[in-house]
Amino acid sequence: MSEKMSDKTVTAEELMAITASRLLKDHKVVFAGVGMPLLASALARHRHAPHLTIVLEGGIIGATLLPGKLPISTNEMRAAYGAQMLTDITDIFLYAQRGYFDYGFLGAAQVDMYGNINTSVIGTMESPRVRLPGSGGANDIISLCKEVLIVTQHEPRRFVERVDFITSPGYLSGGDSRARAGLLTGRLGAVVTDLALLDFEPATKRMRLKALQPGVTVAQVRAQTGFDLLLADDMPELTPPTPEEIAIYRELRDGPVKVAVEAP
Amino acid sequence: MEHVAVLAARVERERASKADKADKRMTAEAAVQLIHDGDHVAIGGTLYSRTPMALVFALLRQRRRHLTVSRPLACYEIELFLATGALDRIVSSWVGIGLPWGLAPIFRHYVERGEVAYDEWSHLAMGLRYKAGAMGVPFLPTLTMLGSDLAARLDLQTVTCPYTGQRLAAVPALNPDVALIHAHRADMLGNVQVDGYRHMDVDMARAARTVIVSAEQIVSPDEIAERPDRTMLPHFTVDAVVAAPHGAYPHECYGRYAPDLRHFDGYAAAAKQDGPAAGLRYVEENADKSFASFLNSAGPDRLAALAADAEELAPR
Repeated sequence: MSEKMSDKTVTAEELMAITASRLLKDHKVVFAGVGMPLLASALARHRHAPHLTIVLEGGIIGATLLPGKLPISTNEMRAAYGAQMLTDITDIFLYAQRGYFDYGFLGAAQVDMYGNINTSVIGTMESPRVRLPGSGGANDIISLCKEVLIVTQHEPRRFVERVDFITSPGYLSGGDSRARAGLLTGRLGAVVTDLALLDFEPATKRMRLKALQPGVTVAQVRAQTGFDLLLADDMPELTPPTPEEIAIYRELRDGPVKVAVEAP
Repeated sequence: MEHVAVLAARVERERASKADKADKRMTAEAAVQLIHDGDHVAIGGTLYSRTPMALVFALLRQRRRHLTVSRPLACYEIELFLATGALDRIVSSWVGIGLPWGLAPIFRHYVERGEVAYDEWSHLAMGLRYKAGAMGVPFLPTLTMLGSDLAARLDLQTVTCPYTGQRLAAVPALNPDVALIHAHRADMLGNVQVDGYRHMDVDMARAARTVIVSAEQIVSPDEIAERPDRTMLPHFTVDAVVAAPHGAYPHECYGRYAPDLRHFDGYAAAAKQDGPAAGLRYVEENADKSFASFLNSAGPDRLAALAADAEELAPR
């Protein structure tokens, strides 16, 4: 975004988080990571989904947030603030394996046309250009949650034809290959970016452009994508973030707004 | 990847009774003598929460060689082992410092040059590996990791369910030689209590051949018995008990003290600038001295402020 950021300018991060938050329905359970997924989930709870249960992999069920004091690890006690239940890490993932979690929320260093995600290595394992930290819970979340939402900035280096390494399996090589690998449950629901909302075409399981962020064109999305995107029949424009959404999001992230005392 | 014979771990467990020792208290220096070159050491807690730093520093001081270290999610303590040449292999699902500090430069230095092996498992697979080890079975079936390059790289095998024909990943048991655990309270017998998250500590400890526990407080067996629901490990799983107030610092200890993120800032900046040399310097300046002097260098005011932060966040 070229404009200078002001209160009225929404950042790419805010746009993605607000778009993603709208996808979370009330009375569901979301498995969220720290950072934007947690903020988006908290925003949904504060707005249209007050009964959304937020689960964090450190062992927290029913996380709430102290505005402005967001955890930076899902394992720290800050993440447990106001929680309904604390358990251990393995136990949390076993709830996912049993099918209790409606949504799983992931970011991606690289994602390909079948929704496979790489967070392990840029280059090859034999001669890595950059060794990334690794899966953490991402492989488990995409394998075990009912519906997975991927949120990431729309750039050619992220949207690649083939990921360098499949850390977390999406639809693998498309068609029924995910099921053939033994992943019988779970589906990829949406990819949310600062340019668009995308999903996966049901038969081929290829990524499909579904809606555009305000003011963005199909050509712009294509230019930022390293593979051929399928296009939905309709191409609606997403509703811009409302002032209410922006205000709640910023308060959750930064803490309560301090009223500036104007100099006389 | 190592395939540990779970039966061998059981035979060793039966041979080495831990139930007949009345007083397992010792210093951190004495406890880490239980760790040998070539051992697999599992480090309790996760990322920067309830990491047994007093024990980690004592182990770093020994300059052991050819260690394997496993952790659910690893923080910068891994870089300290790397910078002192202690590690052959890392077993984890994630290695970094923490979200705000970006990629871990010393970890990258060693792994990208192929000077240390990094066996990357999924987070649940790490948990199930310890759990299988703790259960005394050679593997556990799971629906995770299937179809991924993680599984291919680890040569992860699948099994077919004898009842339904369903294909599952077979995650092999992990029985570490030693587990290092930090807890809130322990008695001299080795009964161990924690508040808050248990991370993967219970399975990790029960899977391990030798278990070393550091505790914020050593309490009497009577005090343990007042709240038996808080007991995470019974005495017969534990070999050594080390008194270590602030023993997870600069990482956090649930309800006791928050992490010292300023300390992390300093470490991360140095590691970014100087790479492995910064890691070695950190060990020499901090771990090689006593843990008490390390805490002194933080200062009582800083420790009090972190305790106040924890107080504010802890449920009452």
